[in-house]
Amino acid sequence: MNRLRNAGVAIAAPLLAIAFSLAVTSIVIEISGGSAGDFIGIIFSWPADRILVNIANQTSLIYLSALAAAVGFRMNLFNIGVEGQYRMAAYAGALFAGAALLPGALNVIGSLLVAVAAGAAWAGIAGLLKVTRGVSEVISTIMLNAIAVTITGYLLSTYGFKAGDSRRTTVIPESSQVPGWQPFDKSAGEVWTLGLLAVIAGVAFWLVLNKTRFGFDLRTTGQSETAAVASGVNTKKMTLLTLLISGGIAGLIWMPSLFGSAHYYGTTFQVGLGFTGIAVALLGRNRALPIAFAALLFAFLNEQSNRLTIEAGISVEVIQITQGIIVLAVVIAYELVRRYRLRAEEKQVAEAPRPDATPEEVSA
Amino acid sequence: MTTSAVELEGIEKRFPGVIANHDVNLRIAPGTVHALVGENGAGKSTLMKILYGVQKPDAGTITVNGQKVEFSSPSDAIAQGIGMVFQHFMLADNLTVLENVVLGAEKLYGTGAKAREQVRAISHRFGFDLDPDVLVETLGVAARQRLEILKVLYRGAKIIILDEPTAVLVPQEVDALFANLEGLKSQGHTLLFISHKLDEVLHVADAITVMRRGTTVGSPDPKQVTKRQLAELMVGSELPSPETEESTVTETVELRVRDLTMVDDFGRTVLDSIDLEIHRGEVLGIAGVEGNGQTELVEGILAMRHTTGQVELGDTDISRWGTRRRRAAGIGYIPEDRHRHGLLLDSPLWENRVLGHTYEDVAVKRGWINRGGARGDAERIVSEYDVRTPGIDTMARALSGGNQQKFIVGRELSGKPSLLIAAHPTRGVDVGAQAAIWDQIKDARRVGLAVLLISADLDELIGLSDRIEVLLRGRIVGSFDPRTVTPQDLGEAMTGGQEEA
Repeated sequence: MNRLRNAGVAIAAPLLAIAFSLAVTSIVIEISGGSAGDFIGIIFSWPADRILVNIANQTSLIYLSALAAAVGFRMNLFNIGVEGQYRMAAYAGALFAGAALLPGALNVIGSLLVAVAAGAAWAGIAGLLKVTRGVSEVISTIMLNAIAVTITGYLLSTYGFKAGDSRRTTVIPESSQVPGWQPFDKSAGEVWTLGLLAVIAGVAFWLVLNKTRFGFDLRTTGQSETAAVASGVNTKKMTLLTLLISGGIAGLIWMPSLFGSAHYYGTTFQVGLGFTGIAVALLGRNRALPIAFAALLFAFLNEQSNRLTIEAGISVEVIQITQGIIVLAVVIAYELVRRYRLRAEEKQVAEAPRPDATPEEVSA
Repeated sequence: MTTSAVELEGIEKRFPGVIANHDVNLRIAPGTVHALVGENGAGKSTLMKILYGVQKPDAGTITVNGQKVEFSSPSDAIAQGIGMVFQHFMLADNLTVLENVVLGAEKLYGTGAKAREQVRAISHRFGFDLDPDVLVETLGVAARQRLEILKVLYRGAKIIILDEPTAVLVPQEVDALFANLEGLKSQGHTLLFISHKLDEVLHVADAITVMRRGTTVGSPDPKQVTKRQLAELMVGSELPSPETEESTVTETVELRVRDLTMVDDFGRTVLDSIDLEIHRGEVLGIAGVEGNGQTELVEGILAMRHTTGQVELGDTDISRWGTRRRRAAGIGYIPEDRHRHGLLLDSPLWENRVLGHTYEDVAVKRGWINRGGARGDAERIVSEYDVRTPGIDTMARALSGGNQQKFIVGRELSGKPSLLIAAHPTRGVDVGAQAAIWDQIKDARRVGLAVLLISADLDELIGLSDRIEVLLRGRIVGSFDPRTVTPQDLGEAMTGGQEEA
């Protein structure tokens, strides 16, 4: 009964948040001279086939990014550097895949490992700085984001393959490209096979965090570092490990796209997923399944909003207002729900202390 | 009879499961230095928070200068001329003396020349020697404290509460502070001075009120009372209640600590060559005024902080082991701060069963959380130790302090430990839980457990221990037999009063 009510609240809160944020966005659109009706109409229209495929693909990338952020959040580590980590990893992975040192499928696996290692290493720098020098990971990862842009840019322009006006890594040999699944006709595009990486990562995230000693230690450290120390967790090691895992997952973010359609690192690289992931992780309360829904919601809104400019003359960016307000509203709603539940529990527990009893009485 | 500056009558304050203050009566004459003394946890801070409007009493009345008042926030108290100087200073280092003083009181004299003049005048009048334009970061501890006092004077306080003002000062600074207090008194201010240093209290106070276990127990005349009598009032001299039966001490040494030394981050030696032994079936009590190395001793034995020296458990040298391995080897740990070290407040009880015990099969099997086992054992603890909770899925935070503590005790006694470290096991718990916890420690001792008991409650120490050692400034300064020792002897050893007595 109780559990049912709790689940009800947990679902109602985000739905209300979505409704609220769409309302606010509508008001903003009306004020700036657009038509809120058009906006709502377009957002809620059934997506075209091509858009459905894009939503599926984007969901997998956003989900991986959100998982990367969530691992850190669960331990109270704010890895703001997913953006830089997956950029470094994307470049390293694409470079390795393009070099074709291994045949076919082995090349894919090798590249994935390289990407994971690169993402982990980039996050590991922040981890080392934190455990050895006490540098806040928020600061260092933000700075590492900027450095990642510069480094990949430099490497690409120095060693990249010239193609038209831009430079890129070598195209992956055809034997190592991973064909996708065509749910509709050819023009609608393919759902990337490596999007399954998101599913695997999600299941692994849930299993490790909720079912293993390592996950328990990680959550303990996140909830109370002092309690973790008292129960024998080496918090420094845990900090470093968590950042490595977070960076490792970040390394996978762009891989479905690389092997599914981009085939090289260059103008095809999709930026900004790292920051989207942070918002989505917050929205999904850092839990594996809720994050999946949040990722789907964000991918849906992103893809649907692409039509706003053409069809209604509304700037695409308004969707960021919607997304921002959803996150804010949901975070506030979760906090309210948490307090409400606590109070309800306290009420259940409540047993008025005997006001008349004194220590002397009992010891007498 | 003159009107009292402050009069508290029948003050009572309850927190879930704990009675912090009950039946508190306090009368402070105007123009006097009034000392409020009591052990840690006697309820002094709660009472001061009530008087300063930080917390509302559940019952009782506050009368200031003959008028009944009700405070809902500190600003109400300030409006009545009550100011408080906290033990931990609230100053902005990067601002000047003047800026710190006017911060939040800009309406009084503005922020310019008038305010500066006022600060100078107060500083001059009481000999505070504070330049309004000096940066606070350049000031020493004593000057900062004078600045805190100046702040409350600037806001027009006539009644000033000082929370353990001497805790942070060296002896010469203490004398200077007392001179300042005399100056304030002679100009008609009333001072309420909280302390547990008896020498100082007798030296400076015109009147004394003693608190013990949440209530006021007496107001001896400082001119007549001796330090010994005061200590007696503070710690209680009635026969210790948590008495154990006949000795169960065996020949086998369970814990042997040799030359344990700890140096803190500032290079101070906080534990100095500690040697101690605890036998199976023996309770070793550690007495000491808080901050003399008790916390460090516990954290050193558990390897939560770095130490040098040797620790042996049974026949095994565990000096190089980490915390988890030591606990797994059979050390149960009831931490002094259960919220920080003993519980995950926002996790359900059954997950708290796993906390700190991830080496036990019942909690974790081959790296995987044993959900069924942990839930079952949490149920067992709840029923065996009478933890009042709707169920094991309830968040730990929702439980009262006493029930949280009972759960911790139950958890730490499961898994068959050979040594139990119990730091302030009954602090902040209601009386029912207190008695239950005492019983459990006694039972554990009877079956051969070695217990290291740390407590600020001398009755508890004397009643439960087979032997008591006193820690003072990180050293063991005395060993007592609880059957013959009095709280007064202990009190004196704890405060270093032995040398003077």
